[in-house]
Amino acid sequence: MKILVTVKQVPDTSGKVAVKADGTLDRASMQTIINPDDLNAIEAALSLKDEYGYKVVAFTMGPPPAAGMLRELMAMGVDETVLISAREFGGSDTYATSQIIAAAIDTYGIDDEDIIIAGRQAIDGDTAQVGPQIAEKLHLPQVTYAGKIVKDGNTLTINRMLEDGYMVVKVQTPCMITCIKELNTPRYMTVRGTEECWDMPLKVMDYEALKDHELIDATTIGLKGSPTNIYKSFTPPQKGVGMMLEGSGKETTDELVGILTSKHII
Amino acid sequence: MAYNSADIAAFKNVWVFCEQRQGKMMPTTFELISEGRKLADELGCELHGILLGEDMDGIAKELGGYGADKVLVCDSPLLKNYTTDGYTKVIADMVQEYKPEIMIFGASNIGRDLAPRCAARLHTGLCADCTHLDVDLNGYINFLRDGSSLDVDNTNFETKMFDVNTNLKMTRPAFGGHLMATIVCPRFRPAMATVRPGVMQKRAFDEAKAAACELVHPEFELEASDIHTEVVEIVKAAKKMVDLIGADFIVSVGRGIAKDVEGGIKIAEEIAEELGGVVGSSRAVVDAGWISADHQVGQTGKTVHPKVYIALGISGAIQHKAGMQESECIIAVNKNDAAPIFEIADYGIVGDLFKVGPLLLESIRAAKAEA
Repeated sequence: MKILVTVKQVPDTSGKVAVKADGTLDRASMQTIINPDDLNAIEAALSLKDEYGYKVVAFTMGPPPAAGMLRELMAMGVDETVLISAREFGGSDTYATSQIIAAAIDTYGIDDEDIIIAGRQAIDGDTAQVGPQIAEKLHLPQVTYAGKIVKDGNTLTINRMLEDGYMVVKVQTPCMITCIKELNTPRYMTVRGTEECWDMPLKVMDYEALKDHELIDATTIGLKGSPTNIYKSFTPPQKGVGMMLEGSGKETTDELVGILTSKHII
Repeated sequence: MAYNSADIAAFKNVWVFCEQRQGKMMPTTFELISEGRKLADELGCELHGILLGEDMDGIAKELGGYGADKVLVCDSPLLKNYTTDGYTKVIADMVQEYKPEIMIFGASNIGRDLAPRCAARLHTGLCADCTHLDVDLNGYINFLRDGSSLDVDNTNFETKMFDVNTNLKMTRPAFGGHLMATIVCPRFRPAMATVRPGVMQKRAFDEAKAAACELVHPEFELEASDIHTEVVEIVKAAKKMVDLIGADFIVSVGRGIAKDVEGGIKIAEEIAEELGGVVGSSRAVVDAGWISADHQVGQTGKTVHPKVYIALGISGAIQHKAGMQESECIIAVNKNDAAPIFEIADYGIVGDLFKVGPLLLESIRAAKAEA
């Protein structure tokens, strides 16, 4: 009985973001963090583990330094982690990425009682596509935007959030769930965890390990196998600086409203 | 012959997924049809809506008024409520049958569940949450002239990889709005995109075009056993959701309200009420639990372009700016004269929102009394 969680290491876009002259991101200057929504996915898995005794396995695809993030997850209570990493996987778009992660999950093995959980979306690309696309490649049902998960045997009842309310959806395991931040509050690493995580299993799946899987094909993975390509990237325009009004008293707000009325803005 | 998404020449026409909930068309569908019309005209092809649901004919015709030449209506009790499996199967089957070259969806919680699943099944590319679409290269270049910091006249737009004049160019913010990227899907069809609600402009309704719109009821196969989730119930939010996207006036609050959260929100509400607008907020205010998430403006919230956007105590993080910088007039009130919000504000006042806010309300009331 396992919960497989997919996580991503991302640049911290909430702070200062440096853009190079050619319009690409200066990643070297940025901190990397665990994608925030993925922490909610980890917490969802760990709280189900606390209640039902699941084994929690986290999967990530990325360069070797992502192993550091996986150690942190084990310090939080994740039992095992898998780093999917190979030069051949680089440059993948969401389609190609989901092929590779689906192949890794399938190689690891999914049983009838298992659940795959992902965060809603990653803050670098904000696509929310990889979760559903993994589910499609594995022929599993999906429930996205989960705001509440209730388990009863192999049936999960999930509140799937919509812009104007929510749907209550029932689904059988095995299935894919993507969760939103309102689902829970992620826990911290424990002191004991930070010591023990170094001895816990971190498995690497490289190209060799996955190349014979039916989803892995030079035409569907990596930069060459990605259906989408970046044509141009650029920074948004800087709007011209407007008018700073003097003071902050009644005469200032009167002046402002006067300008707005004369321009028929209000 | 087997379906082959790489056989580019076999694909024609632009499709829009027409999202409805409980038999009512989602407003963003009309924006997408309007935008789809532009793309179809640039390609010289037809625009088709694809509408899934039960007893949909009544709301299908209206799509013609915004530019659809034809609407494929897929009616079934099994499609009454949205399910990933049911909708994906019917759409993927229809795409394989009719082969549109472009397909766009609204980037709603349903569109963003459905589109990736369809793209993965159809082996094609999908670009998420687009804010601008072009087929015509000159149109794209003109968009970049105002919409980017690129030196357009000294940029090479040609490439040997694909035809830049016929491929859909899908532009979207990335890295929290710090960067914009234009994505193409040159080797597979349909080129698919989800489009952010509220960004594309709705056309004026055309009665004649609505009357001329053809409804088609294609045959499709769908069994209850194809659907692996069960919708138990649909719950509408108890309180009315804030209509940020349709609002002409938005008064937003940021972290600056921290010292008196209720008081700060009340000031914003009063100004909004006086102007006939609504209250927005920055992400920090939502994350702190001070206001519900439907008020959030920004990269992870809503994109708005009201006539007037008043930012009270909002510093102007790039994620926030990404959602409101297209507002016609931006007014910023902040204690910190170095707050980035002033970089994009049309009018700025350096001061405490708890003092300036009530004065602004008084001035507006006085001006209205005079008018």
